[in-house]
Amino acid sequence: MAPRARIRWRLRQPSVIPGFGLALGVTLTWLTLIVLIPISGLLWRSSGLGWANFIALTFDERTVNALAISFGTAFVAAIVNLVFGVILAWVLVRYRFPGKRVIDAMIDLPFALPTAVAGIALTTLYAPNGWIGSLLEPLGIKIAFTPAGIVVALVFVGLPFVVRTVQPVMEEIDKEVEEAAATLGANRLQTITRVLLPGLLPAGLTGFALAFARGVGEYGSVIFIAGNLPYVSEIAPLLIVIRLEEFNYAAATAIATVMLFLSFLMLLVINTIQSWSRRRYSNGA
Amino acid sequence: MALDIGTTSTSAPSTPVRAATSETRLARATLIALALGFVGLFLLLPLATVFIEAFRKGAGEFLAALGDPETFSAILLTLTVAGIAVPLNLVFGVAAAWAIAKFEFKGKAFLTTLIDLPFSVSPVISGLVFVLLFGANSALGPILQSYGIQILFAVPGLVLATVFVTFPFVARELIPLMQEQGTSDEEAALSLGATGWQTFWHVTLPNIKWGLLYGVLLCNARAMGEFGAVSVVSGHIRGETNTMPLQVEILYNEYNFVAAFAVAALLALLALVTLVLKTALELRYSDEIAASRRH
Amino acid sequence: MEVRVQNIRKEFGRYPALEDVSLDIRSGELIALLGPSGSGKTTLLRLIAGLESPTEGTIFFGNEDASNKSVQQRNIGFVFQHYALFRHMTVLDNVSFGLKVRPGNRRPPAAEIRRRALDLLELVQLSGLEKRYPAQLSGGQRQRVALARAMAVEPNVLLLDEPFGALDAQVRKELRKWLREIHDRTGHTTVFVTHDQEEALELADRVVVMSKGAIEQVGTPDDIYDHPVSPFVYGFIGQSNCLEVTLSRGEIWFEDRPIGLRAASEPDGPATLYFRPHDIELIDGCGGCLAGLVTAGRRVAGTRHLEVSLGRTLPPVEIELPPERASSTDHSRVAFRPTRWKLYRGASDVAAASVQAQTSAIELAPTGT
Repeated sequence: MAPRARIRWRLRQPSVIPGFGLALGVTLTWLTLIVLIPISGLLWRSSGLGWANFIALTFDERTVNALAISFGTAFVAAIVNLVFGVILAWVLVRYRFPGKRVIDAMIDLPFALPTAVAGIALTTLYAPNGWIGSLLEPLGIKIAFTPAGIVVALVFVGLPFVVRTVQPVMEEIDKEVEEAAATLGANRLQTITRVLLPGLLPAGLTGFALAFARGVGEYGSVIFIAGNLPYVSEIAPLLIVIRLEEFNYAAATAIATVMLFLSFLMLLVINTIQSWSRRRYSNGA
Repeated sequence: MALDIGTTSTSAPSTPVRAATSETRLARATLIALALGFVGLFLLLPLATVFIEAFRKGAGEFLAALGDPETFSAILLTLTVAGIAVPLNLVFGVAAAWAIAKFEFKGKAFLTTLIDLPFSVSPVISGLVFVLLFGANSALGPILQSYGIQILFAVPGLVLATVFVTFPFVARELIPLMQEQGTSDEEAALSLGATGWQTFWHVTLPNIKWGLLYGVLLCNARAMGEFGAVSVVSGHIRGETNTMPLQVEILYNEYNFVAAFAVAALLALLALVTLVLKTALELRYSDEIAASRRH
Repeated sequence: MEVRVQNIRKEFGRYPALEDVSLDIRSGELIALLGPSGSGKTTLLRLIAGLESPTEGTIFFGNEDASNKSVQQRNIGFVFQHYALFRHMTVLDNVSFGLKVRPGNRRPPAAEIRRRALDLLELVQLSGLEKRYPAQLSGGQRQRVALARAMAVEPNVLLLDEPFGALDAQVRKELRKWLREIHDRTGHTTVFVTHDQEEALELADRVVVMSKGAIEQVGTPDDIYDHPVSPFVYGFIGQSNCLEVTLSRGEIWFEDRPIGLRAASEPDGPATLYFRPHDIELIDGCGGCLAGLVTAGRRVAGTRHLEVSLGRTLPPVEIELPPERASSTDHSRVAFRPTRWKLYRGASDVAAASVQAQTSAIELAPTGT
């Protein structure tokens, strides 16, 4: 990486604005130091494991379980957030009710609240002697210390994503299109499902992808409520930490690499679905 | 034009017909109930729990918990780490936004993707990469140790991990904003004879000040609240390398619930203040923050 | 299907958009609601559609009171100014939409829906485009899809809200002709809103001139143009000149001289004289005329428009002459007299006149051209 030398020739158009060299230089230096070197370090370490070792570590039963739990719970939580996120966005954009402004602002709470705080609060609520846990206990439903608890925590963490990506799109909905559907005889449900929701699909999928990605990597809010039983409620990031504490750097590296790779793959799949849906559902939008 | 009509009425229809583009009252009420229930259950209840548990044994216990020396040093450490990480990322963010927004060059898209990287990486992995880089069996670790420089399990490591995790915030806020603002103001200043720095200080900075504040706000909230990445590099050395979130974990695992929630309540308060300021900025300065202020 | 609007009043909050409007629309006619913005024409259209509900009054579709019917139940077809096509659906899906959302017992089978939609696309001359998306069509094509979509449900009444307002002038002209043809072929009762009087006069069987929430006049284009009942209508339709005159013993006087026109049965006093630029004759000498100095002239299509100043403090008057006659009159004095004209008494800016005009309109036979 040669950050600062010979910057001029890389400009597409000559610019009278000064500071390009300096700005780009600072940017690239910082990025290199903080991002590129560490990440390459991980990948380099990972490749140093040797293929056979890597496979063995990756397909270790406990690892596979942890990955399955991480990705599985993140998926379920993202689905929940998709459904309720759309409802929330709808209600916030279209209806008026007391406290709407406050609720709208609170949607961003998971962005602002430290994950550890969320973690202990949720655990306290859903533990068998917690407010909600104690209500569900007699029904035989356990949330805390089970994968269900993980889903709850990930719903919290991912809540703003769908709402915030869908809200601006909903605000742009053309009232005349709704009226057109009504004049053609569509009742309200038909108008919403056939005309309005398809237009929201690309934004909804984006929000889903963001919530899902966030959920897969989440640590702080999950480890308190999860119970962390291996093979049952142990998430992949926790397994990485455990391996690190065992000084098993190889295993930690392998799991991290696999997580990165799987997330990358997942994002690719979702991006493809997104561009498909954008082409299909919001042509010319 | 006499049509045979049964009833002629000039008064308003007795059953007013619902507007074409709204749902039944029942549907509306149900949706609102669902939405509020969801928000109440997943957002408000946990938030309330933090404060209720913190004060469960009264204000005295609450204050005593905060005054505990380990906890107090955790608070100081959090402030220190954030105090270093946020300004660093501020400078970076401004530099990155300046380069990306005011110039056209190859690799811009790649750069932007790179800047977004920490958002897509698990915090634990963010910490792991530094352990691999500076840990006992890495290349750099022992070298630095021989010079007496301790990265991991010390403040520098905490700062590094925090910087990694929070550096996109300011940049992501400023880039679309500065792109929207274009280069005409700066070009005007330059044509009037201002130097680059003068242009930056007197023209660019005032234009972006609210976006900058917004980005710093989010960056700070994340910096103070970061858990996963910091947990990996900290070593959990009480009184030395425990930030507030880590301290919360320790206290909680020791079943010292009131103390844990007391520290948590402080952090929650910070979160609420952040939210209030964020909303205030969005409401008053929405054009000056960015078109894409909702991320 | 006839539509009867009876004593409709519509208020938005405190703002009265329509005041005591009544109108009978005959089955199968093409009727235009014409007026400037704020006249209430779009509000009236939307009330007929059911997209708004009246504050007072009733609307009848045939013999039935439509007030208790939702917009879905009224079976109307509505075409919006900005098309309001469903962006994520193909052209075919757009046109089929109204048929697909019908409840089970009234919904035709899928093959039938497809056939009908394709037939309609052929009618609007868009065959072959059924798989395209709205974003891939021009404005004119989109509007034709919108019309096909509205017609697919076999509406009682077709309602068009400034349908050509968003299109280029050329496309507008083409679509105007085309709409008339479609109407003649299908026979739907059609109501369309426009602020373009040329469009209204060219297209409609009858024109409803509206202003400030009330109907000024209803009539055929000839009626409206040749026999306007109020100053507003006279001034809004076509071009007109307007002079403050005085009546004295049946003679019409302008400023300090008679202009050679008589209104025998009229009492003395002030009045307003309206005449159109092309309804004048030049006079040599002046035994009762309007005279003034030509201040400007320009060629417009096959005639010459002259601006004549009748006096320093007065606004100029426009007259139209065939080019041969006009050539000798540039920058010189000209004397002329209106051949067709109308006199109105009372305030010339009459607020909220209904069809039963409050100003008395005096009409005299033309004195020859």
